[in-house]
Amino acid sequence: MSYLGYPDFFKPYIKKVEETRPARLEKRRKGEEFPFMSLQQREEMLKYHPDYKEEGRREIRVGPSKGYRVAHEFVDLLEAKSRVDPNKVDLSRIDYETDVLVIGGGGAATVAALIAEENGAQVLMATKLRHGDANTMMAEGGIQAAVKREKDSPYYHYLDVLGGGHFKNDPDIVAAFVKQAPDALQWLESLGVMFSKFPDGRLDAMHGGGTCRKRMHYCADLSGMEIMRTVRDEARNRKNIKVLEFCPAVELILNEHGQCAGAVLYNMETKEYLVARAKAVILATGGSGRLHIQGFMTTNHYGATADGIVLGYRAGVPLSFMHTVQYHPTGVVFPEQIEGWLITERFRTEGADVLNVHGEKFVNEREPRDVESARFIKECLDGKGVPTPTGKVGIWLDSPMLDILHGEGRVRTAFVGKWKVYDRLGIDISRAPMLVNPTLHYQNGGLKDNAECETVVPGLYVSGEVTGGLHGENRLMGNSLMDIVVFGRIAGRNAAIFAREEAREGELTLKHVKAYHKELKEAGVTTDRIAPILLPDYTTPEVKEKQLTVS
Amino acid sequence: MSAKQRKKKPVPTAVKEKEQITAKLIPIYIMGKRYEVPEGLTIMKAMEYAGYVLVRGCGCRGGTCGACGTVYRKPGDYKLQVALACQKTVEPDMYLAQIPFFPANRAAYEFAGLTAAPEEVFRLYPELFRCVACNSCTKACPQGVEVMDAVSALKQGAIAQAAQLSFDCIQCGLCTSRCFGELAQYHMFQLVRRIYGARIVPRAEHLADMVKAGNEGRYDRCLDELKRAKEDDLKKLYQNREIEPVEAGEDWKPKDTRYL
Repeated sequence: MSYLGYPDFFKPYIKKVEETRPARLEKRRKGEEFPFMSLQQREEMLKYHPDYKEEGRREIRVGPSKGYRVAHEFVDLLEAKSRVDPNKVDLSRIDYETDVLVIGGGGAATVAALIAEENGAQVLMATKLRHGDANTMMAEGGIQAAVKREKDSPYYHYLDVLGGGHFKNDPDIVAAFVKQAPDALQWLESLGVMFSKFPDGRLDAMHGGGTCRKRMHYCADLSGMEIMRTVRDEARNRKNIKVLEFCPAVELILNEHGQCAGAVLYNMETKEYLVARAKAVILATGGSGRLHIQGFMTTNHYGATADGIVLGYRAGVPLSFMHTVQYHPTGVVFPEQIEGWLITERFRTEGADVLNVHGEKFVNEREPRDVESARFIKECLDGKGVPTPTGKVGIWLDSPMLDILHGEGRVRTAFVGKWKVYDRLGIDISRAPMLVNPTLHYQNGGLKDNAECETVVPGLYVSGEVTGGLHGENRLMGNSLMDIVVFGRIAGRNAAIFAREEAREGELTLKHVKAYHKELKEAGVTTDRIAPILLPDYTTPEVKEKQLTVS
Repeated sequence: MSAKQRKKKPVPTAVKEKEQITAKLIPIYIMGKRYEVPEGLTIMKAMEYAGYVLVRGCGCRGGTCGACGTVYRKPGDYKLQVALACQKTVEPDMYLAQIPFFPANRAAYEFAGLTAAPEEVFRLYPELFRCVACNSCTKACPQGVEVMDAVSALKQGAIAQAAQLSFDCIQCGLCTSRCFGELAQYHMFQLVRRIYGARIVPRAEHLADMVKAGNEGRYDRCLDELKRAKEDDLKKLYQNREIEPVEAGEDWKPKDTRYL
């Protein structure tokens, strides 16, 4: 038996949501909001956030950020050996030669490749999975830019970014970001991205958590996919962009002048290690949700395993803001088949309430993500979460309100992707609420760079989720898609210029990898771990104990 | 051998992202080979449960990247069916194989030189007119896109309609795998969506206006102020910033216009 597609177990709980709904809708219509927390209250609430659990992290014992406390899962990767013996790689045998090597295959990488090519460079993209298999593809909510002069400006965008990031963000990076966001949006428009618009071409926009103006632009609920497939399509038209799929980089290569001069690639199908020589390198490998930090479920794509962090760190680039990780407040808890799946923040920005087991509101639904997540965790710890028959606990997201507030069919048309997947599982989310809880979503920090995407290693540029600084300690919705476009373009341009004007001929070397191995040994790190891991391992223990091939 | 003996009692699922659940085991045939897997798992998680480490055929794991197209058949049924491995739940005795790559034709073009004339699409994809309207594409689509309707619209030169109808396309290629006329629908749709977005939908004038203002340096000074501001002052500015009401219409304007 089921109630609105959920097992009968949920019936009494859903009934409570339905009971409180009319009064909540009435408040919405009157514009009455659940009060936002003050900055002090937010700070208090963040104690419930997983980032603040000291037992979840430890100091890194080696490398440029030695002594920095980050999640164990990151330290495990940084205190690990290379996948290859650096003495065995023959750097005199070049398999690929290019001006700019772009490592990664998502939004930041593709945008960077396009702009590097436009600046006259031959570009080689080395990507672990297919071109476009990346978190960009999965971003649903939208893309922020202050583009309506009568009510918004980069000034307010700047303040919002800082408020979200706890005022710790890198000011130069944020300023460059908010200033160049409108131009980046216009570039996407010119490539043919189908933004949701009014008939006269005016961009539709809405709030995101932590925004003071509606500046989140979107493409129905498939914003990231629409942007990713468009820039990928453009890259496929460019003769000077070559793409090597299933060929991730496993080490950066430097030259005798200390410049980044290529990478060791790994053909995942033939298991060969290959040498790619370049005059400049852009590292845009994305995030790390598949490390399942603190055991959390994740919204991230299959390849999000922090590869770029490992590569850059070994080459000498310090970390920035890696002590914080973003948990998206609304990942699916039930049904099991889609557990961890992201439910876009836009449900909340359009007016869906979040509710506890009593069907009561307990937080404004548009707090910044870290605060919202922490508040959910607290509500569940206080015993007011909604239980599931699978022994978990969650919070209701009252999606049916949107059909009532914005007209019949709103959920089905504005959130068609979500509606369809739930529909396949027998649940109509325009009639029944969704059960959610925080899920591992975004790597707030990463490799340290500046507003020009430069790192301490000449010729090595970084962009997108692999970097740290723009978002400070917490990213706002809609700023990651803009991040990859703004800084993808900057990295692409600067790498092309470096390749043309500053790159020097010189002997290739993996000395930094040998030195890193030595440092591990001296720090007393004895381990069999190798990194980057490239893919998560979901093999069951039952299977593993029978995989007895000698290594 | 192993599969059956090993998995007699209910066992935890393969996947780290799940807590342990127990479920009834059902047989499935991965490329013809029998494995027992817990019911309720998606095809993808069932393959991992069986011991496969996926390199190809796995991407976002959330139904939006199109990496995991899968073809399957159920016993007693001649019909081949298609689905996404990350979305489709296993069924007893299903025979399945993944189609992680499909060598479909994609036209290369210079986007800057294209107009919104449908003839340009016809020239790039002449095979469009091989469509016999059999509707196999629509039946194959895991996204529920009305693929054939979009193709028909395109044949009639209705680019806007084709773009809108195909918007949910995740480019998995399953339509193409079933197409009698050898069309690569998903590549054609990509082209028409871009033409629609850039050549048919009006450009946002306010966006061009803002870009111009930014290029003229209109916000440089106020951003410099913010960059130099102390944390306490920033916090005050942040707390006092005027918030556009959720229910406000497009005509809403803030009281403070100094930084616009």
